[in-house]
Amino acid sequence: MDTFRKLKEFYWPYRKYFFWSLFFLFFVTVITVVYPIILQITIDEVVAKEKYELIPWIATVFFVLMLIKGIATFYHQFLGERFGVVTVYKLRDALYKKLQILSFKYYDNAKTGDIMSRLTSDVEGFRFFLSFGFAELIRIILLIGISLSVMFYYSVPLTLVTMAAMPFLIIVVMRFEKVAHPAFRGIRKSFGKLNTRVQENISGMQTVKSLSREDFEIGRFSNSNDDYRKNYISTSELWAKFFPLMEFIGNVCAVALLAFGGYLVIAGNLALGELMAFFSLVWYIMGPLMNVGYVINMFSQAKASGERLREILEEHEDIIVKENAVKDHIEGHVTFKDVTLTYTKDDDSALKNISFDAPPGKTIGLIGSTGSGKTSVTQLITRFYEPESGEVLVDGRPVKEYDLKTLRNHIGFVLQESFLFSTSIRENIAYGNPDATDEQIIEAAKRAQAHDFIMEMPKGYDTLLGERGMGLSGGQKQRIAIARAICVDPSILVLDDATSAVDMETEFQIQKALKEVMKGRTSFIIAHRISSLKHADEILVLENGKVVERGTHDELLRKENGAYKRIYDIQYQDHDAIMNSVN
Amino acid sequence: MATKDMKLKEKRHLKRFYYSVDQAIEKPFNWKQIWRLIVYLKPYTRTYLLGAILAMVVSTAIRLAIPLLIGKAAFDTAIKNEDTTLLINLVIIIGVLYLISYIANYLRIKWVNLLGQNVIYDLRQHLFTHVQGLSNNFFDSRSAGSILVRIMNDTNSLQDLFSNGIINLLMDIATLIGIVTILFTLSPKLAIAVLVILPLMFYISTVLRRKIRRTWQEVRIQQSRMNSHLNESIQGIRITQSFTQEKENTEFFDGLNTDNYNAWINATKKSAMFRPFVEMSNAVGTVILIAYGAHLIILGPSNGGIELGTFIAFAFFLGMFWDPISRLGQMYNQLLVAMASSERIFEYLDEKPNVDEVENPYEFKEMKGHIEFDKVQFSYDQDRIALHEISLEMKSGQTIALVGHTGSGKSTIANLISRFYDPTQGQVKIDGQNLRETSLKSLRQHISVVLQDTFIFSGTIMENIRFGRPDASDEEVIEAAKTVGADDFISRLAKGYQTEVEERGNILSAGERQLLSFARALLANPSIIILDEATASIDTETELKIQGALRRLLKGRTSIIIAHRLSTIREADNIYVLEHGKILENGSHDELMESKGEYYELVRSQFQMLDAI
Repeated sequence: MDTFRKLKEFYWPYRKYFFWSLFFLFFVTVITVVYPIILQITIDEVVAKEKYELIPWIATVFFVLMLIKGIATFYHQFLGERFGVVTVYKLRDALYKKLQILSFKYYDNAKTGDIMSRLTSDVEGFRFFLSFGFAELIRIILLIGISLSVMFYYSVPLTLVTMAAMPFLIIVVMRFEKVAHPAFRGIRKSFGKLNTRVQENISGMQTVKSLSREDFEIGRFSNSNDDYRKNYISTSELWAKFFPLMEFIGNVCAVALLAFGGYLVIAGNLALGELMAFFSLVWYIMGPLMNVGYVINMFSQAKASGERLREILEEHEDIIVKENAVKDHIEGHVTFKDVTLTYTKDDDSALKNISFDAPPGKTIGLIGSTGSGKTSVTQLITRFYEPESGEVLVDGRPVKEYDLKTLRNHIGFVLQESFLFSTSIRENIAYGNPDATDEQIIEAAKRAQAHDFIMEMPKGYDTLLGERGMGLSGGQKQRIAIARAICVDPSILVLDDATSAVDMETEFQIQKALKEVMKGRTSFIIAHRISSLKHADEILVLENGKVVERGTHDELLRKENGAYKRIYDIQYQDHDAIMNSVN
Repeated sequence: MATKDMKLKEKRHLKRFYYSVDQAIEKPFNWKQIWRLIVYLKPYTRTYLLGAILAMVVSTAIRLAIPLLIGKAAFDTAIKNEDTTLLINLVIIIGVLYLISYIANYLRIKWVNLLGQNVIYDLRQHLFTHVQGLSNNFFDSRSAGSILVRIMNDTNSLQDLFSNGIINLLMDIATLIGIVTILFTLSPKLAIAVLVILPLMFYISTVLRRKIRRTWQEVRIQQSRMNSHLNESIQGIRITQSFTQEKENTEFFDGLNTDNYNAWINATKKSAMFRPFVEMSNAVGTVILIAYGAHLIILGPSNGGIELGTFIAFAFFLGMFWDPISRLGQMYNQLLVAMASSERIFEYLDEKPNVDEVENPYEFKEMKGHIEFDKVQFSYDQDRIALHEISLEMKSGQTIALVGHTGSGKSTIANLISRFYDPTQGQVKIDGQNLRETSLKSLRQHISVVLQDTFIFSGTIMENIRFGRPDASDEEVIEAAKTVGADDFISRLAKGYQTEVEERGNILSAGERQLLSFARALLANPSIIILDEATASIDTETELKIQGALRRLLKGRTSIIIAHRLSTIREADNIYVLEHGKILENGSHDELMESKGEYYELVRSQFQMLDAI
């Protein structure tokens, strides 16, 4: 119950829906049991005693009761659903808000699939229980209680004989719940596996075709497909075993009822109509009992779901904005003083005692192999992570003292994998600055050398991107990402490996665009190619989180056997020969 | 005016994303499609289908007989005449019937599921196998998600139709006919009076339910949009935080969430009306039964009335009407959805591969790798010619490079060698054999393509390399990894070759992934190897490390290298420079540099670009 108590803030404000739903449920249940009683009265009072003048009355009473029941059923169901739906609406908003705030640290270890399953199936499981499960439990108790009372009222011995099989039914139901759930999990798991198999096959289709491994893939698919079939069939074996058995036990009760009840009627201890009523009442008890296991299981599922949702809602937020945070304009003076960064304890530090100073308008180049810490440097400026020791200063002030929005609004990011959203090109460029006018958007695109190719598309800036949208080449995506960064008019620009995935000509185009864009902004360029960063005011060569060389392009080339010189030699091996031969 | 502009601006982010929904809704009934579906039942007609129908007939007959036994025999005869022996006999008979019905139900459920699962298995297998044979442009023009939905979800939505659907349809029709017949036999007058509710029930189970279904469809569409956004917002969270759009996105999401909420409320409101309507129609039936039934009892059987037992039997049967009618209504809706799903499935099954095999095609047992293009012309669509009368020869064991701008025809040449397409005119021959007459499988078995992006399947590194040749032993896999120089980094991992990797994981760097793809290709031991921009995304130091591996991989094979970067192609035996689907010149690196033609210009312009930045 702890989970439900902790999530109280989401459903308690809407409790009135729930209680009204219960109120109507009460009417529904009582009237349900009235039906066999009316049948009994019709037979015993009207037919047997020939009081036919009662018929119109009985018919009228019955119809009115059913009308009330109909209305009560509607409100019971609708209000109950509403209770769950509105709670989940609030819950989703809260989860989304939280997910927007959680830092990079959280996402480093989280899997999209896992978060998604919490946001979809766990939210749904929780809703289902609130909407339906809890009320269903109450309905079962009410219906069984009232039905039993009526039966006892008619005849105690007959009730006892009829209900003799009930314990067996309960045992069977409980046993079924026990075996059914692992079986259902088995089906879901094997469906999940089959899904993954197909998904991988389609995503890796080029690789499959390039090695012509289609037959192998069909073989692997057959195995998973067969596994799913087997799982499903073995579970359906359970249905085949249990459902007819439950029905059979119910039928045994009916047979016992006919035998003993018939005897009682013959002996004159029971009215015929009462026996008739028993036939209905028996099923009012058996039916809900067959359901009770399902409801109990639903409860434990909802509890587990609620637990997983709480994990997100209560996740620790590690980037906290100070009160009275500074919201001043940022000129772009970035200073690192002995900065050390460790992502996870016990792991080697990603950055070790890094220091540098980048006055406004200067360009810093960062080079080094994968994992050397280049990206970490830029992620500290935006305060995506907090340094373990040392200070990161912007305009002479620690980044911690800035309002996050102010800080990040002054920094434009272009990443290697240019992630674009499912919307028009226009909205993608305006992403960081929703107030941008069309002129500003076009201006940004022009400066990123993107305007021309955008205008060549039939729908221009309204072209939709994303999975189902138009396909763009890597270079085109990258230029839209650059336009997006320019559109916020940042003081600091970070280009993280922005051109490594494009061909030489496109890189040339992009570099030209960037040169223009970087004017007047403090820029950080992370690159593998010397050509991308040779004009930087200072180049830092990183290795295992340490600066191993620093200086301008020319200074670094003078260092014989230096790391920078080594990379230069490989990339420019033919350069001199060819350029000389031209002359 | 100014305030209006402000408001528009403020609201812009509330419409910032666009999600389309790719989901089967419903389609009109189509006999042709039904017949195509029924074909899948054929292998099981004499076994599971027949068995399930027999079991169904038995249990339906018993279900109909029991109210008669209780009403007519037990109440009207045994209890009325105080005949204890008859009552005991009846109890025994009913007990035995229930036992038989229990067994029949067991068998029915079992066979029905065997039938459904086997049919779905076959259908899915057929679809998957067919899709594997489709060409690259099929996959290029569709997102992975939309193909996945058809193979998984659209087939699954037919599952219920094939298992319970068919049997229930037969069972429900049999039950309804049975009940109506019995009621008319017992008392035609009362039957007509009570059956007045039938049209009402049919109306509720089809039309009303249809309206309710529409509202749930809206819910599903809203939910699917919301999930698309959730997925995207998680994947793009770093961009969102970089551009501080958290608040704006939260507001956008609230819009989606509100739409979803409204759709739910609308759907639940309509759904909540369903049960009351059903019960009201039942109530009308019962009122008629009580009023008119009692009247008939008073008349007595001799005056055209009924006995009490008939009345009781009617009460039982009246309660049995709703289930079959409800299921039939549901069945009808289910069929409409099945129409949409099966249409989407058949659309894929009707998709033809680009190339056909001739009868008795030539099988490559061995391949030397001698490739010839004889006046080959090719166009992807009619007005755009990709290759103009290309003739060239690649000798066995040579390394050939193809250079040129995007769209010059480099990849088309590679695609024709693997026979992903057939030339529009002219012939492509390998070892003197026209590719049109060869079997696709035997041809491609001897060709490997190494791509720029290496796909990592989830599984161990061992399994990933073995993808090149599934029957390779562990030793052979390790041997291949050693040859291309991948063994070093694999051995350094804690679990070595048993390390679990996946496509989105970050255990492997780009260079390491590339080495794995080399090992895969080496293990496949092809006669022809095509490197399609294979080293484009690797940084310089890694590229240098890979050079040696590459040399060992290409040794003794006909190799075709497509590349932008000059460092990878300078060692080729023959370099073809292409432009607009024509060969401009060819020769070795030194020869071409010497002649100062197009190749020389290409090399020079690349360096000029570098210097100009």
